[in-house]
Amino acid sequence: MSSRNTLVTFLTRYFPGHALEDDEDIFALGFVNSLFAMKLVGFIESAFEIQIEQADLDIDNFRTVNAMVAFVAGKQAAGGAAARA
Amino acid sequence: MELLLAPEQARARRELRGWVDREVAPFAERHDREQRLEPGVIRRLAADGLLAAELAPALGGRGFDPLTLGLWMEELGRACSSVRSLATVHGMVAHTIARWGSAAQRDTWLAALGRGEQLAALAVTELGAGSDLSRVATRAVRDGDDFVVTGDKQWITCGQIADVFLVLAASDAGPIALLVRRDTPGLEIEPIHGMSGTRGSMLARLWLRGCRVPGAAALGRPGFGLSWLVATALDHGRFTVGWGAVGIAQSCLEAAVRHATARHQFGAAIAEHQLVRRMLSEMTVEVRAARQLCLHAARLRQARHPDAVAETSLAKHFAARAAMRAGHDAVQIHGALGCREGSAVERCFRDAKVMEIIEGSNEMHQIHIAELAVADVAELDAEPEGTR
Repeated sequence: MSSRNTLVTFLTRYFPGHALEDDEDIFALGFVNSLFAMKLVGFIESAFEIQIEQADLDIDNFRTVNAMVAFVAGKQAAGGAAARA
Repeated sequence: MELLLAPEQARARRELRGWVDREVAPFAERHDREQRLEPGVIRRLAADGLLAAELAPALGGRGFDPLTLGLWMEELGRACSSVRSLATVHGMVAHTIARWGSAAQRDTWLAALGRGEQLAALAVTELGAGSDLSRVATRAVRDGDDFVVTGDKQWITCGQIADVFLVLAASDAGPIALLVRRDTPGLEIEPIHGMSGTRGSMLARLWLRGCRVPGAAALGRPGFGLSWLVATALDHGRFTVGWGAVGIAQSCLEAAVRHATARHQFGAAIAEHQLVRRMLSEMTVEVRAARQLCLHAARLRQARHPDAVAETSLAKHFAARAAMRAGHDAVQIHGALGCREGSAVERCFRDAKVMEIIEGSNEMHQIHIAELAVADVAELDAEPEGTR
């Protein structure tokens, strides 16, 4: 599954009855509480095998499906580069 | 009871039970009566790597995995909820720094916390902001490279003795979490006495009167203080409080069984009377169910599963209520003896009530756990026919 589809499948659980667009601001939808924020971090870390750190805590990394796909790709590229170094 | 633990976890559980019976249990009644912790207990915890046991040995901890940490919290809770409270709040701050701290913050704090050179507490709650932490009135205002923090924090566990506080404040850029040292000018600490439960946990009210802290004291950036930083601490707190509540319930069950089998009325041990048997049976089921929910939460945490946070809430909620019911029935079985100060079940009864209020009141959990059911059903219904 593409990272986009993996994310959408996960997010759909938390936005029932809402067809989430890839560029839609999930924070503006008003469903996001602290439990959700923590679940999102946990999910992204385990699904994509990356470690989200303090420096990654930027709302713009998590605002939309597109933003999360780009963030994950960036982290995976950096992780791969670090592993090769 | 067989928990099907890995051999090293089973070994740790036996060792920890012995440690607690030797080093903590003999002081529990005194902690409750004197409303303070015997200072030696903190030193002994730190010396044996048990103050922040989840930290790596190089940082002064024992490198406990979530399951072993849970078993440890059950043993502490079985012996003394006040000491368990200390381990909870200190662990909440250590865990949050380990998770979200910068490299410099981890270097500054983790080994000091693990070795007990510094004691940490969480300063989040205010008189006007308990369940609804988005309403904190404490403010952090940028001034050059510093923050100036003003407000007051209430019901701060270990506030009387902590060396550093993780403070939640509002700022122009959203909620912010800051590490404020006890010796910061403008920080005044007022002890709170006369609580009904966890009386040895040395609560305090904190007055922050223009406390100036460096920008480097901020954990994460403004805007993330509540939903990500303090949420991480509270999740850890719910996990350890849930396990601590299992310990209270276990302690009540053990005391109730010992008393009911020793005391005779109407020519038989009261454990032979049907209505007492019912209480013992229900308590047994609830203790085991609570422990299994906590074990499940621990295994999800170990797997870093996204459901870990929700299942931890669920486990904490069930365990807190199980502890309360176990305390209630254990006092009932003890009769007048269970109503007297100095009796362990009387203390557990008061401590159990606190478990239903802290780290998410019963009612907050009752509001939120339904979301889990709604999401589960939505997921089932979204799956195409034939794939279930």
